[in-house]
Amino acid sequence: MSRYLASRAVQTLVTLVLMSLVVYLLIGLMPGDPIDMMIAGDPKMTSEDANRLRALYGLDKPLLDRYLAWAGQAVQGNFGYSRSFNQPVLAVLWPRLLNTLLLAGLAFVLAAAIALPLGIWAANHPRSRADYLINLLCFAGISTPPFWLALLLITLFAVSLGWLPAGGMADIRPGTPWLGAFAERVRFLALPVATLTLVQLGTYTRFMRGAMIEALRQDYVRTARAKGAPERRVLLGHAFANALAPVLTILALSFGGLFSGALITETMFAWPGMGKAIYQAILDNDYNLALVGLLVATFATIVGNLLADMGYAWVDPRVSIAESA
Amino acid sequence: MISAASPGRLLWTRFIRHQLALLSLVFLLALLVLSLAAPLIAELRGIDPTATDLLRRMEPPSAEHWLGTDDLGRDLFQRLLDGGRVSLLVGLSGALLSAILGAVIGVVAGYLGGRLDSFLMRFTDGVIALPLLPLLIVLAAIDPRKIGVPAEIAQSETFSLYRIVIIVALTGWTTVARLVRAETLSLKARDFTRAAQALGARPERIMFRHILPNTAGSLIVATTLSIGTLILLESTLSFLGLGTQPPAASWGNMLTGAQELLQQAPVLALWPGLLIFLTVIAFNFVGDGLQDALDPRSERR
Repeated sequence: MSRYLASRAVQTLVTLVLMSLVVYLLIGLMPGDPIDMMIAGDPKMTSEDANRLRALYGLDKPLLDRYLAWAGQAVQGNFGYSRSFNQPVLAVLWPRLLNTLLLAGLAFVLAAAIALPLGIWAANHPRSRADYLINLLCFAGISTPPFWLALLLITLFAVSLGWLPAGGMADIRPGTPWLGAFAERVRFLALPVATLTLVQLGTYTRFMRGAMIEALRQDYVRTARAKGAPERRVLLGHAFANALAPVLTILALSFGGLFSGALITETMFAWPGMGKAIYQAILDNDYNLALVGLLVATFATIVGNLLADMGYAWVDPRVSIAESA
Repeated sequence: MISAASPGRLLWTRFIRHQLALLSLVFLLALLVLSLAAPLIAELRGIDPTATDLLRRMEPPSAEHWLGTDDLGRDLFQRLLDGGRVSLLVGLSGALLSAILGAVIGVVAGYLGGRLDSFLMRFTDGVIALPLLPLLIVLAAIDPRKIGVPAEIAQSETFSLYRIVIIVALTGWTTVARLVRAETLSLKARDFTRAAQALGARPERIMFRHILPNTAGSLIVATTLSIGTLILLESTLSFLGLGTQPPAASWGNMLTGAQELLQQAPVLALWPGLLIFLTVIAFNFVGDGLQDALDPRSERR
C-alpha cells in the first residue's frame, strides 16, 4: 500500500512538473508581456525605460531560464504574486478553491444521487417506455451546451420569475441568524449547482445503466434468483455491488471534466471559484495566477483520481491496489 | 427463402430500424446542405449576411428577414447558416483529425506493446485526467506570431479556423486511442495476424493493413460520437471569445453578446443554442444507431 502510494506520488510530481513547464512555455507565447502593459499604463515611458525594466524583471532572458528561475522559487514555496490582485497567488487561489470544491462537490453528490438509482431502475426495466424516456433525457443532457443551459436557467428563474439571484455569492452580514444565512447561501448556490448537476447527470446515468445491464446478465445473478433471493437483494446486493466498481472509475475520470464544467458555470454565474479565476487571469494576462491556478486545478484532479482508485479497491475486494500499481 | 444481402445493405437495414438515428441523419444532411449553400441562398434572397443596419436592430421575423435581425441588424437566418458551416466544419475535421491521431497511437501501443505501450497509455490516462478546458483556453490565447507565423496569416480567418480544429482535436484522440488499443490487443492474437507475421509482413504493414481496417466499426462509432462533443467544445470556446473570431459567425460566438440582451431579445439567445443542441444530439443518435447496427448482439446501452 505504501509502495503504491509512493509510486503514485512520484507520478503526480512528474505530471505537475511537466504541466508547469508546458504551461509556462505556452503562457510565454501569449500576446504581450507585463512591460507592454506598463507602457500602456504610462505613456511617458521611453523604450529605454522599458528595456531597463525588462532586464530588471529578467524578461530579456530566454524562456527556459525564466522557467528554471520560477521553478526554483516555487520549490521553496514561493509561488509569486498575482498582478491583478496584488496579493500572493496562493492567497488569491485558496478561498476560490474552496468555493469551487463546494460548487463541484455539491453538484457531484447530487448528480450521483439521482443518476445511480435512475440507472439501476432503467437497467431493471430495459426497453420499457420509461427506459426510453430516461435514455432520451440522458442524450439531451449530454448534448446541451452548459453555457446555454445556464443562460436558459438565468432567463427563466432570475429574469422572468425573479425567484433566484442571477449570479454572485451570498454576502452574509455578521449577526445574521444562521438559518437566514444558510437560506441565503442556498439561494445563490441553487442555479450554479443545478447547471453543473444537469450537465453531469446524463453521462452518469448512462454509465450506471450500462454497468447494471452487464451485471444482470452474469451467472451469479441467475444463481441468486434461482435460490429465491428477494428481487431487491438480487438487484442491490448482487448486481449493484458488482456494477459499482466500473462506474466509480468513470466517475473518477469525470473529475477533470467536472472542473472544466465548473469553469463555465462559475463564469456564467459570477461564482468566485478557481475556474473563473483562471479564465479571468488568462484574459487579463495575469500569467502567474493563471499558471499556479492551472497547477492547483491539475493537482486537485489527480488527488481526486487517486481517492477514487483507493475507493475502487475498497468496493471491489478482488482488486488489490498494490498489484495494479 | 434465403436472402443474400451485402454487408453494407445489412448494415443499412439495421441502421434505419433505429428511427431516431435515421431522423437525425436526415436533419444533419439538411443542415449540411443548407449551410454549405448559405452564400447562394443569401444571393437569391438579395441579403448580405455581414451588412449591419443599426436602424433595424432586433426586428421580429418578417418576409424579408425570416427570423428577424440580430443586435447589429444582420439577418439572423443567414448568420445561423454561416455559424452552422463553421460548427459542422470544425466538428467534422476535428473529429477526423483526432480519429487519425488516436488510431495511430492506439494501434502502435497495442501492437508493439512493451515499454512504448505503457508510456503511451500512461500519457493518454494523464491527458484524460487533466482539467482540459482551462488548458485549451491557454492554447487558444497564445499569439501565433510568437512561434513564427507571419502576421498576415496569423490574423486571417482561415488560420483561426485551423487553430480551433487542432485545439478541439487535442481532446478527442484519447477515447479513440484507448479503444483502438483494446481492439488491437485482441486482433493481435487472431489467426490472420499470425498468418501475416508468418509470411514475413513488416510490423507497419500488419498494423495499418491488417489490424486497423478491422477496427473500422468501433472507430466510426467513436468518431461520430466525438463530433458532437467537439462541436460543444468549439461553441464553448467561441462563446468565451477564444474560438471563432467575429465578424465570422459561429453558434458559440453568436451567444456571447446574448447574455446582455436577454431581456430585450431572448430569441437571439434561443436560436443558436437550440441549433447546437439539436446538432449535437443528432450526432449522438447517429453514433448510437451505428453502434447498434454494427454490433447487433450488443444490448442497447
